[in-house]
Amino acid sequence: MELFTPDFGLIFWMFIAFGILFLILWKFAWPVILKSVDSRAELIDKGVEYAQAAKEQLDNARQQAETYLNEARRQQADMLREADKMKTQIIEQARNEAQAEAQKVMDNAKLQIQQQQKEARQQFRNQVSDFALQIAGKIVNRQMQQDKAQDKLVDSLLDEIEKNN
Amino acid sequence: MTRLRLIISTLFLAVTASLAMAAAGDGIEATVAAEAAKERAAADSAEKSINPKEIIFGHLLDGYGWEVPFDHHHRIPLPVIVKGTDGWHCFSSAHLDHGHSYVDGRSEFRIAAPGSKYNGKVVEIVDGEEIRPLDISITKNVCALFITVLLCACLMLWLAHYLKKHPYKAPRKGLGGIEAVVTFVYDGVVKPILGPDARRFAPYLLTVFFFILLMNLLGLVVIFPGGANLTGNIAVTLVLAVCTFLVTNIFANRHYWKEILWPDVPMWLKVPIPIMPVIEIFGMFTKPAALTVRLFANMMGGHMIVITLTLLIFIFSAMSPVAGGAATVVSLFFSIFMLLIDVLVSFIQAYVFTMLSAIFIGLAHEHHTEHEKDESLGKKIIDTLV
Repeated sequence: MELFTPDFGLIFWMFIAFGILFLILWKFAWPVILKSVDSRAELIDKGVEYAQAAKEQLDNARQQAETYLNEARRQQADMLREADKMKTQIIEQARNEAQAEAQKVMDNAKLQIQQQQKEARQQFRNQVSDFALQIAGKIVNRQMQQDKAQDKLVDSLLDEIEKNN
Repeated sequence: MTRLRLIISTLFLAVTASLAMAAAGDGIEATVAAEAAKERAAADSAEKSINPKEIIFGHLLDGYGWEVPFDHHHRIPLPVIVKGTDGWHCFSSAHLDHGHSYVDGRSEFRIAAPGSKYNGKVVEIVDGEEIRPLDISITKNVCALFITVLLCACLMLWLAHYLKKHPYKAPRKGLGGIEAVVTFVYDGVVKPILGPDARRFAPYLLTVFFFILLMNLLGLVVIFPGGANLTGNIAVTLVLAVCTFLVTNIFANRHYWKEILWPDVPMWLKVPIPIMPVIEIFGMFTKPAALTVRLFANMMGGHMIVITLTLLIFIFSAMSPVAGGAATVVSLFFSIFMLLIDVLVSFIQAYVFTMLSAIFIGLAHEHHTEHEKDESLGKKIIDTLV
Protein backbone atom coordinates (compact mmCIF):
# COMPACT_ATOMS: atom_id res chain seq x y z
CA MET A 1 0.00 0.00 0.00
CA GLU A 2 1.27 3.43 -0.87
CA LEU A 3 0.16 4.61 2.56
CA PHE A 4 2.99 2.65 4.10
CA THR A 5 5.70 3.30 1.55
CA PRO A 6 7.69 6.39 2.41
CA ASP A 7 8.15 8.74 -0.49
CA PHE A 8 11.74 9.66 -1.27
CA GLY A 9 11.02 13.30 -2.09
CA LEU A 10 9.28 13.87 1.20
CA ILE A 11 12.07 12.16 3.16
CA PHE A 12 14.60 14.32 1.37
CA TRP A 13 12.78 17.58 2.07
CA MET A 14 11.92 16.50 5.57
CA PHE A 15 15.59 15.96 6.39
CA ILE A 16 16.50 19.33 4.96
CA ALA A 17 13.60 21.22 6.50
CA PHE A 18 13.94 19.62 9.90
CA GLY A 19 17.70 20.07 9.82
CA ILE A 20 17.37 23.75 9.00
CA LEU A 21 14.68 24.25 11.62
CA PHE A 22 16.80 22.49 14.21
CA LEU A 23 19.91 24.50 13.35
CA ILE A 24 18.04 27.81 13.45
CA LEU A 25 16.34 27.08 16.73
CA TRP A 26 19.47 25.50 18.19
CA LYS A 27 21.51 28.56 17.35
CA PHE A 28 19.10 31.41 17.93
CA ALA A 29 16.08 30.32 19.94
CA TRP A 30 16.61 27.57 22.47
CA PRO A 31 19.70 28.91 24.26
CA VAL A 32 17.99 32.23 24.83
CA ILE A 33 14.67 30.71 25.84
CA LEU A 34 16.09 28.02 28.12
CA LYS A 35 18.55 30.39 29.74
CA SER A 36 15.85 32.94 30.30
CA VAL A 37 13.41 30.38 31.69
CA ASP A 38 16.05 28.86 33.95
CA SER A 39 17.36 32.17 35.20
CA ARG A 40 13.86 33.43 35.82
CA ALA A 41 13.02 30.30 37.77
CA GLU A 42 16.19 30.80 39.75
CA LEU A 43 15.33 34.42 40.35
CA ILE A 44 11.88 33.50 41.56
CA ASP A 45 13.30 30.79 43.81
CA LYS A 46 15.78 33.24 45.22
CA GLY A 47 13.09 35.85 45.65
CA VAL A 48 10.92 33.43 47.57
CA GLU A 49 13.86 32.37 49.68
CA TYR A 50 14.76 35.98 50.33
CA ALA A 51 11.21 36.86 51.24
CA GLN A 52 11.05 33.94 53.61
CA ALA A 53 14.33 34.93 55.23
CA ALA A 54 13.14 38.53 55.50
CA LYS A 55 9.90 37.43 57.06
CA GLU A 56 11.76 35.25 59.50
CA GLN A 57 14.05 38.13 60.33
CA LEU A 58 11.13 40.44 60.77
CA ASP A 59 9.47 37.93 63.06
CA ASN A 60 12.66 37.60 65.01
CA ALA A 61 13.04 41.35 65.25
CA ARG A 62 9.48 41.70 66.36
CA GLN A 63 9.98 39.05 68.97
CA GLN A 64 13.15 40.71 70.12
CA ALA A 65 11.48 44.07 70.30
CA GLU A 66 8.72 42.47 72.31
CA THR A 67 11.29 41.00 74.66
CA TYR A 68 13.04 44.32 75.02
CA LEU A 69 9.78 46.08 75.63
CA ASN A 70 8.78 43.57 78.26
CA GLU A 71 12.17 43.90 79.87
CA ALA A 72 11.90 47.64 79.89
CA ARG A 73 8.42 47.47 81.30
CA ARG A 74 9.56 45.10 83.99
CA GLN A 75 12.49 47.33 84.82
CA GLN A 76 10.24 50.31 84.97
CA ALA A 77 7.91 48.49 87.30
CA ASP A 78 10.85 47.41 89.39
CA MET A 79 12.14 50.92 89.54
CA LEU A 80 8.80 52.30 90.52
CA ARG A 81 8.45 49.70 93.22
CA GLU A 82 11.93 50.44 94.42
CA ALA A 83 11.23 54.14 94.48
CA ASP A 84 8.04 53.57 96.34
CA LYS A 85 9.85 51.41 98.83
CA MET A 86 12.58 53.98 99.20
CA LYS A 87 10.04 56.71 99.69
CA THR A 88 8.32 54.81 102.44
CA GLN A 89 11.65 53.99 103.92
CA ILE A 90 12.80 57.60 103.85
CA ILE A 91 9.59 58.80 105.34
CA GLU A 92 9.82 56.15 108.00
CA GLN A 93 13.39 57.03 108.68
CA ALA A 94 12.62 60.71 108.83
CA ARG A 95 9.78 60.06 111.16
CA ASN A 96 11.91 57.89 113.34
CA GLU A 97 14.66 60.40 113.38
CA ALA A 98 12.28 63.19 114.18
CA GLN A 99 10.77 61.15 116.93
CA ALA A 100 14.20 60.36 118.33
CA GLU A 101 15.15 63.98 118.16
CA ALA A 102 11.96 65.05 119.82
CA GLN A 103 12.47 62.41 122.50
CA LYS A 104 15.95 63.64 123.05
CA VAL A 105 14.79 67.22 123.29
CA MET A 106 12.07 66.20 125.67
CA ASP A 107 14.45 64.11 127.74
CA ASN A 108 16.82 67.00 127.89
CA ALA A 109 14.10 69.32 128.92
CA LYS A 110 12.95 66.87 131.56
CA LEU A 111 16.44 66.47 132.85
CA GLN A 112 16.90 70.18 132.97
CA ILE A 113 13.63 70.61 134.73
CA GLN A 114 14.58 67.99 137.26
CA GLN A 115 17.96 69.62 137.71
CA GLN A 116 16.36 72.98 138.19
CA GLN A 117 13.81 71.53 140.53
CA LYS A 118 16.61 69.95 142.51
CA GLU A 119 18.55 73.14 142.51
CA ALA A 120 15.49 75.10 143.43
CA ARG A 121 14.73 72.65 146.21
CA GLN A 122 18.35 72.85 147.41
CA GLN A 123 18.24 76.59 147.31
CA PHE A 124 14.95 76.61 149.08
CA ARG A 125 16.25 74.22 151.67
CA ASN A 126 19.34 76.33 152.17
CA GLN A 127 17.27 79.42 152.49
CA VAL A 128 14.86 77.68 154.85
CA SER A 129 17.77 76.48 157.01
CA ASP A 130 19.29 79.93 156.91
CA PHE A 131 16.05 81.40 157.93
CA ALA A 132 15.63 78.79 160.62
CA LEU A 133 19.14 79.37 161.95
CA GLN A 134 18.66 83.07 161.96
CA ILE A 135 15.32 82.69 163.69
CA ALA A 136 16.76 80.13 166.05
CA GLY A 137 19.76 82.36 166.70
CA LYS A 138 17.57 85.31 167.33
CA ILE A 139 15.34 83.29 169.65
CA VAL A 140 18.33 81.82 171.51
CA ASN A 141 19.93 85.22 171.81
CA ARG A 142 16.77 86.65 173.26
CA GLN A 143 16.23 83.76 175.71
CA MET A 144 19.81 83.56 176.88
CA GLN A 145 19.97 87.13 177.96
CA GLN A 146 18.45 86.13 181.30
CA ASP A 147 20.89 84.32 183.72
CA LYS A 148 18.17 82.33 185.13
CA ALA A 149 17.34 80.84 181.92
CA GLN A 150 21.01 80.09 181.32
CA ASP A 151 21.34 78.26 184.58
CA LYS A 152 18.15 76.39 183.99
CA LEU A 153 19.44 75.20 180.71
CA VAL A 154 22.76 74.16 182.17
CA ASP A 155 20.90 72.31 184.81
CA SER A 156 18.65 70.55 182.43
CA LEU A 157 21.59 69.64 180.32
CA LEU A 158 23.44 68.34 183.26
CA ASP A 159 20.37 66.37 184.31
CA GLU A 160 20.21 64.81 180.98
CA ILE A 161 23.84 63.83 181.07
CA GLU A 162 23.39 62.36 184.48
CA LYS A 163 20.36 60.45 183.41
CA ASN A 164 22.26 59.04 180.53
CA ASN A 165 25.20 57.93 182.58
CA MET B 1 -17.31 33.89 26.59
CA THR B 2 -20.77 34.61 25.20
CA ARG B 3 -19.19 36.05 22.09
CA LEU B 4 -17.17 32.90 21.58
CA ARG B 5 -20.26 30.78 22.04
CA LEU B 6 -22.12 32.91 19.54
CA ILE B 7 -19.36 32.57 16.98
CA ILE B 8 -19.17 28.82 17.48
CA SER B 9 -22.91 28.35 17.17
CA THR B 10 -23.01 30.55 14.06
CA LEU B 11 -20.23 28.54 12.51
CA PHE B 12 -21.99 25.34 13.45
CA LEU B 13 -25.21 26.50 11.86
CA ALA B 14 -23.47 27.69 8.74
CA VAL B 15 -21.60 24.43 8.33
CA THR B 16 -24.74 22.40 8.97
CA ALA B 17 -26.72 24.43 6.48
CA SER B 18 -24.10 24.26 3.77
CA LEU B 19 -23.57 20.55 4.29
CA ALA B 20 -27.30 19.90 4.30
CA MET B 21 -27.63 21.93 1.11
CA ALA B 22 -24.80 20.05 -0.49
CA ALA B 23 -26.37 16.78 0.56
CA ALA B 24 -29.72 17.83 -0.77
CA GLY B 25 -28.07 18.96 -3.96
CA ASP B 26 -26.56 15.55 -4.40
CA GLY B 27 -29.79 13.79 -3.58
CA ILE B 28 -32.44 15.75 -5.44
CA GLU B 29 -30.66 17.74 -8.08
CA ALA B 30 -33.70 18.85 -9.95
CA THR B 31 -35.19 20.81 -7.09
CA VAL B 32 -32.02 22.67 -6.29
CA ALA B 33 -31.94 25.93 -8.15
CA ALA B 34 -28.22 26.60 -7.91
CA GLU B 35 -27.17 26.90 -11.51
CA ALA B 36 -23.48 26.56 -10.92
CA ALA B 37 -23.88 23.41 -8.90
CA LYS B 38 -25.94 21.91 -11.67
CA GLU B 39 -23.39 22.83 -14.27
CA ARG B 40 -20.60 21.40 -12.26
CA ALA B 41 -22.55 18.22 -11.62
CA ALA B 42 -23.30 17.90 -15.27
CA ALA B 43 -19.72 18.58 -16.29
CA ASP B 44 -18.20 16.14 -13.90
CA SER B 45 -20.38 13.08 -13.85
CA ALA B 46 -17.78 11.20 -11.89
CA GLU B 47 -18.57 13.41 -8.93
CA LYS B 48 -22.12 12.20 -8.81
CA SER B 49 -21.16 8.70 -7.87
CA ILE B 50 -18.83 9.09 -4.97
CA ASN B 51 -15.87 6.83 -4.63
CA PRO B 52 -15.19 7.00 -0.88
CA LYS B 53 -11.94 5.08 -1.08
CA GLU B 54 -10.53 7.46 -3.63
CA ILE B 55 -11.55 10.51 -1.66
CA ILE B 56 -10.20 9.17 1.60
CA PHE B 57 -6.85 8.24 0.12
CA GLY B 58 -6.77 11.44 -1.85
CA HIS B 59 -6.89 13.29 1.46
CA LEU B 60 -4.56 11.01 3.32
CA LEU B 61 -1.91 10.84 0.62
CA ASP B 62 0.30 13.44 -0.89
CA GLY B 63 -0.59 15.46 -3.98
CA TYR B 64 1.10 17.71 -6.52
CA GLY B 65 -1.31 20.55 -6.01
CA TRP B 66 -3.17 21.96 -3.03
CA GLU B 67 -6.95 21.75 -3.00
CA VAL B 68 -8.96 24.93 -2.80
CA PRO B 69 -12.18 24.86 -0.78
CA PHE B 70 -15.45 24.61 -2.78
CA ASP B 71 -13.63 24.08 -6.05
CA HIS B 72 -12.80 20.67 -7.41
CA HIS B 73 -11.28 21.89 -10.64
CA HIS B 74 -8.55 24.19 -9.54
CA ARG B 75 -5.67 23.53 -7.26
CA ILE B 76 -2.92 25.75 -6.01
CA PRO B 77 -0.11 24.76 -8.36
CA LEU B 78 3.16 23.68 -6.78
CA PRO B 79 6.53 23.14 -8.43
CA VAL B 80 7.34 19.67 -9.68
CA ILE B 81 11.05 18.88 -9.53
CA VAL B 82 12.09 15.61 -11.12
CA LYS B 83 15.26 14.13 -12.51
CA GLY B 84 14.24 12.34 -15.67
CA THR B 85 16.34 10.35 -18.05
CA ASP B 86 17.91 13.54 -19.41
CA GLY B 87 18.52 15.59 -16.29
CA TRP B 88 16.51 17.83 -14.00
CA HIS B 89 13.12 19.25 -14.83
CA CYS B 90 11.19 21.84 -12.90
CA PHE B 91 7.72 22.95 -13.89
CA SER B 92 4.38 23.88 -12.42
CA SER B 93 2.04 21.13 -11.39
CA ALA B 94 -0.76 23.01 -13.13
CA HIS B 95 0.48 21.45 -16.38
CA LEU B 96 -0.31 17.99 -15.07
CA ASP B 97 -3.86 18.65 -13.85
CA HIS B 98 -6.73 16.44 -15.03
CA GLY B 99 -4.43 13.76 -16.38
CA HIS B 100 -2.78 15.98 -18.96
CA SER B 101 0.76 15.09 -19.89
CA TYR B 102 3.41 17.76 -20.14
CA VAL B 103 6.43 17.86 -22.39
CA ASP B 104 9.37 19.64 -20.89
CA GLY B 105 12.30 19.72 -23.24
CA ARG B 106 12.38 16.25 -24.73
CA SER B 107 10.82 14.41 -21.82
CA GLU B 108 7.14 13.82 -21.33
CA PHE B 109 5.64 13.69 -17.86
CA ARG B 110 2.23 12.91 -16.49
CA ILE B 111 0.61 11.80 -13.31
CA ALA B 112 0.09 8.06 -13.34
CA ALA B 113 -3.51 6.91 -13.64
CA PRO B 114 -5.24 4.91 -10.87
CA GLY B 115 -4.58 1.60 -12.56
CA SER B 116 -0.84 2.16 -12.74
CA LYS B 117 1.83 0.88 -10.39
CA TYR B 118 2.77 4.49 -9.63
CA ASN B 119 -0.77 5.66 -8.93
CA GLY B 120 -0.86 9.41 -8.35
CA LYS B 121 2.85 9.98 -8.82
CA VAL B 122 4.61 11.85 -11.59
CA VAL B 123 6.01 9.46 -14.16
CA GLU B 124 8.12 9.99 -17.22
CA ILE B 125 6.92 8.36 -20.39
CA VAL B 126 9.68 6.75 -22.33
CA ASP B 127 8.62 4.71 -25.38
CA GLY B 128 5.10 4.35 -23.98
CA GLU B 129 6.45 2.90 -20.71
CA GLU B 130 5.97 4.65 -17.39
CA ILE B 131 9.23 5.26 -15.54
CA ARG B 132 9.33 6.81 -12.12
CA PRO B 133 11.92 9.57 -12.10
CA LEU B 134 13.81 10.78 -9.06
CA ASP B 135 11.13 12.99 -7.60
CA ILE B 136 11.83 15.79 -5.15
CA SER B 137 8.82 17.88 -6.06
CA ILE B 138 7.45 20.44 -3.71
CA THR B 139 4.29 18.47 -3.14
CA LYS B 140 1.43 19.44 -0.89
CA ASN B 141 3.11 17.74 2.06
CA VAL B 142 6.49 19.33 1.37
CA CYS B 143 4.85 22.72 1.09
CA ALA B 144 3.00 22.15 4.35
CA LEU B 145 6.32 21.08 5.83
CA PHE B 146 7.92 24.37 4.82
CA ILE B 147 4.99 26.31 6.20
CA THR B 148 5.28 24.44 9.49
CA VAL B 149 9.03 25.01 9.66
CA LEU B 150 8.52 28.69 8.96
CA LEU B 151 5.77 28.97 11.55
CA CYS B 152 7.73 27.04 14.16
CA ALA B 153 10.88 29.09 13.57
CA CYS B 154 8.92 32.35 13.67
CA LEU B 155 7.13 31.48 16.90
CA MET B 156 10.29 30.40 18.69
CA LEU B 157 12.38 33.29 17.41
CA TRP B 158 9.61 35.64 18.45
CA LEU B 159 9.67 34.17 21.94
CA ALA B 160 13.47 34.28 22.03
CA HIS B 161 13.41 37.89 20.85
CA TYR B 162 10.95 38.84 23.55
CA LEU B 163 12.93 37.08 26.26
CA LYS B 164 16.15 38.67 25.11
CA LYS B 165 14.52 42.08 25.17
CA HIS B 166 12.80 41.67 28.52
CA PRO B 167 14.96 39.47 30.72
CA TYR B 168 13.27 38.29 33.89
CA LYS B 169 9.86 39.23 32.55
CA ALA B 170 7.31 36.54 31.85
CA PRO B 171 5.57 37.05 28.49
CA ARG B 172 1.81 37.45 28.45
CA LYS B 173 -1.01 36.24 26.22
CA GLY B 174 0.05 34.22 23.15
CA LEU B 175 3.75 34.26 23.87
CA GLY B 176 3.05 33.34 27.45
CA GLY B 177 1.15 30.31 26.20
CA ILE B 178 4.06 29.24 24.01
CA GLU B 179 6.45 29.73 26.88
CA ALA B 180 4.17 27.73 29.16
CA VAL B 181 4.31 24.83 26.70
CA VAL B 182 8.10 25.17 26.45
CA THR B 183 8.46 25.00 30.21
CA PHE B 184 5.90 22.19 30.36
CA VAL B 185 8.04 20.07 28.05
CA TYR B 186 11.36 21.21 29.44
CA ASP B 187 10.53 20.95 33.13
CA GLY B 188 8.01 18.14 32.81
CA VAL B 189 9.73 15.80 30.38
CA VAL B 190 13.31 16.70 29.54
CA LYS B 191 14.59 17.59 32.98
CA PRO B 192 13.14 14.67 34.97
CA ILE B 193 14.22 12.11 32.38
CA LEU B 194 17.64 13.41 31.39
CA GLY B 195 18.65 15.12 34.61
CA PRO B 196 22.06 16.76 34.25
CA ASP B 197 22.07 16.22 30.47
CA ALA B 198 18.78 18.07 30.08
CA ARG B 199 20.35 21.26 28.79
CA ARG B 200 22.36 19.37 26.21
CA PHE B 201 19.50 17.49 24.59
CA ALA B 202 16.68 19.96 25.24
CA PRO B 203 17.15 21.81 21.92
CA TYR B 204 16.60 18.64 19.92
CA LEU B 205 13.68 17.40 22.02
CA LEU B 206 11.96 20.78 22.12
CA THR B 207 12.37 21.23 18.38
CA VAL B 208 10.87 17.79 17.80
CA PHE B 209 7.99 18.53 20.14
CA PHE B 210 7.00 21.84 18.63
CA PHE B 211 7.54 20.65 15.10
CA ILE B 212 5.28 17.64 15.59
CA LEU B 213 2.71 19.67 17.51
CA LEU B 214 2.48 22.30 14.81
CA MET B 215 2.35 19.70 12.04
CA ASN B 216 -0.44 17.88 13.87
CA LEU B 217 -2.45 21.02 14.53
CA LEU B 218 -1.99 22.42 11.03
CA GLY B 219 -3.13 19.08 9.68
CA LEU B 220 -6.45 19.59 11.44
CA VAL B 221 -7.08 22.94 9.75
CA VAL B 222 -9.12 22.11 6.70
CA ILE B 223 -8.16 24.88 4.29
CA PHE B 224 -5.00 26.12 2.70
CA PRO B 225 -2.16 26.55 5.17
CA GLY B 226 -3.30 23.34 6.77
CA GLY B 227 -5.03 20.17 5.80
CA ALA B 228 -1.96 18.23 4.77
CA ASN B 229 -1.79 14.90 6.50
CA LEU B 230 1.87 15.43 7.42
CA THR B 231 2.39 13.48 10.60
CA GLY B 232 0.05 10.86 9.18
CA ASN B 233 2.67 10.30 6.51
CA ILE B 234 5.15 7.57 7.26
CA ALA B 235 8.04 9.40 5.59
CA VAL B 236 7.78 12.30 8.03
CA THR B 237 7.57 10.17 11.14
CA LEU B 238 10.32 7.94 9.80
CA VAL B 239 12.69 10.88 9.46
CA LEU B 240 11.90 12.06 12.96
CA ALA B 241 12.44 8.58 14.37
CA VAL B 242 15.71 8.25 12.47
CA CYS B 243 16.84 11.54 13.98
CA THR B 244 16.08 10.23 17.46
CA PHE B 245 17.87 6.99 16.58
CA LEU B 246 20.93 8.94 15.43
CA VAL B 247 20.97 11.18 18.50
CA THR B 248 20.55 8.16 20.76
CA ASN B 249 23.39 6.18 19.23
CA ILE B 250 25.82 8.98 18.46
CA PHE B 251 25.72 10.30 22.01
CA ALA B 252 25.50 6.88 23.64
CA ASN B 253 28.14 6.00 26.19
CA ARG B 254 30.31 2.93 26.60
CA HIS B 255 27.86 1.37 28.99
CA TYR B 256 25.09 1.43 26.40
CA TRP B 257 27.18 -0.41 23.85
CA LYS B 258 28.36 -2.91 26.40
CA GLU B 259 24.74 -3.53 27.36
CA ILE B 260 23.98 -4.27 23.73
CA LEU B 261 27.04 -6.26 22.65
CA TRP B 262 27.96 -8.00 25.89
CA PRO B 263 24.96 -7.86 28.24
CA ASP B 264 24.97 -9.21 31.79
CA VAL B 265 23.37 -12.56 31.07
CA PRO B 266 24.53 -16.18 31.45
CA MET B 267 27.40 -17.03 29.16
CA TRP B 268 25.48 -19.54 27.04
CA LEU B 269 23.20 -16.75 25.89
CA LYS B 270 26.19 -14.94 24.36
CA VAL B 271 28.56 -17.69 23.21
CA PRO B 272 28.67 -19.50 20.82
CA ILE B 273 25.37 -18.20 19.42
CA PRO B 274 24.99 -14.50 20.36
CA ILE B 275 21.28 -14.68 21.16
CA MET B 276 21.12 -11.72 23.51
CA PRO B 277 23.29 -9.37 21.43
CA VAL B 278 21.13 -10.12 18.42
CA ILE B 279 18.00 -9.39 20.43
CA GLU B 280 19.53 -6.20 21.76
CA ILE B 281 20.61 -5.04 18.32
CA PHE B 282 17.14 -5.83 17.07
CA GLY B 283 15.83 -3.78 19.99
CA MET B 284 17.93 -0.82 18.87
CA PHE B 285 15.87 -0.69 15.71
CA THR B 286 12.48 -1.53 17.14
CA LYS B 287 12.49 1.65 19.20
CA PRO B 288 12.58 4.08 16.26
CA ALA B 289 10.23 1.77 14.38
CA ALA B 290 7.76 2.02 17.23
CA LEU B 291 8.14 5.80 17.26
CA THR B 292 7.51 5.94 13.54
CA VAL B 293 4.46 3.75 13.55
CA ARG B 294 2.87 5.20 16.67
CA LEU B 295 2.81 8.80 15.47
CA PHE B 296 1.95 7.84 11.91
CA ALA B 297 -0.89 5.49 12.82
CA ASN B 298 -2.43 7.81 15.39
CA MET B 299 -2.53 10.87 13.19
CA MET B 300 -3.53 9.01 10.07
CA GLY B 301 -6.29 7.24 11.98
CA GLY B 302 -7.66 10.54 13.23
CA HIS B 303 -7.73 12.04 9.75
CA MET B 304 -9.27 8.94 8.31
CA ILE B 305 -12.08 8.85 10.84
CA VAL B 306 -12.98 12.51 10.31
CA ILE B 307 -12.99 12.15 6.54
CA THR B 308 -15.03 8.97 6.70
CA LEU B 309 -17.57 10.60 8.99
CA THR B 310 -17.89 13.50 6.59
CA LEU B 311 -18.23 11.15 3.64
CA LEU B 312 -21.05 9.32 5.38
CA ILE B 313 -23.23 12.35 4.69
CA PHE B 314 -22.72 11.98 0.94
CA ILE B 315 -23.06 8.22 0.96
CA PHE B 316 -26.37 8.39 2.83
CA SER B 317 -27.59 11.30 0.74
CA ALA B 318 -27.08 9.19 -2.36
CA MET B 319 -29.52 6.69 -0.83
CA SER B 320 -32.28 9.06 0.23
CA PRO B 321 -32.56 12.70 1.23
CA VAL B 322 -34.00 11.83 4.64
CA ALA B 323 -31.15 9.52 5.46
CA GLY B 324 -28.80 12.22 4.21
CA GLY B 325 -30.32 14.81 6.50
CA ALA B 326 -30.12 12.52 9.49
CA ALA B 327 -26.59 11.48 8.63
CA THR B 328 -25.60 15.14 8.33
CA VAL B 329 -26.57 15.89 11.90
CA VAL B 330 -25.10 12.74 13.34
CA SER B 331 -21.86 12.77 11.43
CA LEU B 332 -21.36 16.47 11.94
CA PHE B 333 -21.70 15.94 15.64
CA PHE B 334 -19.28 13.05 15.54
CA SER B 335 -16.74 14.76 13.30
CA ILE B 336 -16.65 17.80 15.58
CA PHE B 337 -16.21 15.47 18.49
CA MET B 338 -13.44 13.61 16.65
CA LEU B 339 -11.73 16.85 15.68
CA LEU B 340 -11.72 17.96 19.30
CA ILE B 341 -10.28 14.59 20.27
CA ASP B 342 -7.72 15.01 17.51
CA VAL B 343 -6.62 18.33 18.97
CA LEU B 344 -5.97 16.48 22.19
CA VAL B 345 -4.30 13.62 20.33
CA SER B 346 -2.09 16.11 18.47
CA PHE B 347 -0.74 17.31 21.75
CA ILE B 348 -0.50 13.87 23.31
CA GLN B 349 1.35 12.38 20.34
CA ALA B 350 3.85 15.21 20.24
CA TYR B 351 4.31 14.76 23.96
CA VAL B 352 4.70 10.98 23.72
CA PHE B 353 7.18 11.21 20.88
CA THR B 354 9.26 13.72 22.82
CA MET B 355 9.04 11.71 26.01
CA LEU B 356 10.03 8.43 24.37
CA SER B 357 12.89 10.13 22.53
CA ALA B 358 14.05 11.56 25.85
CA ILE B 359 13.81 8.13 27.49
CA PHE B 360 15.79 6.47 24.69
CA ILE B 361 18.46 9.14 24.83
CA GLY B 362 18.48 8.95 28.61
CA LEU B 363 18.90 5.17 28.61
CA ALA B 364 21.81 5.39 26.22
CA HIS B 365 23.29 8.01 28.46
CA GLU B 366 22.88 6.50 31.91
CA HIS B 367 25.78 7.46 34.12
CA HIS B 368 25.26 5.23 37.11
CA THR B 369 26.67 1.77 36.93
CA GLU B 370 25.36 0.64 40.29
CA HIS B 371 21.78 0.76 39.02
CA GLU B 372 22.62 -1.69 36.29
CA LYS B 373 19.90 -4.12 37.23
CA ASP B 374 17.15 -1.53 37.50
CA GLU B 375 18.23 0.14 34.35
CA SER B 376 18.17 -3.00 32.28
CA LEU B 377 14.83 -3.87 33.83
CA GLY B 378 13.48 -0.46 32.87
CA LYS B 379 14.86 -0.99 29.43
CA LYS B 380 13.13 -4.33 29.10
CA ILE B 381 9.87 -2.79 30.24
CA ILE B 382 10.16 -0.03 27.70
CA ASP B 383 11.10 -2.52 25.01
CA THR B 384 7.99 -4.53 25.70
CA LEU B 385 5.86 -1.39 25.88
CA VAL B 386 6.94 -0.01 22.55
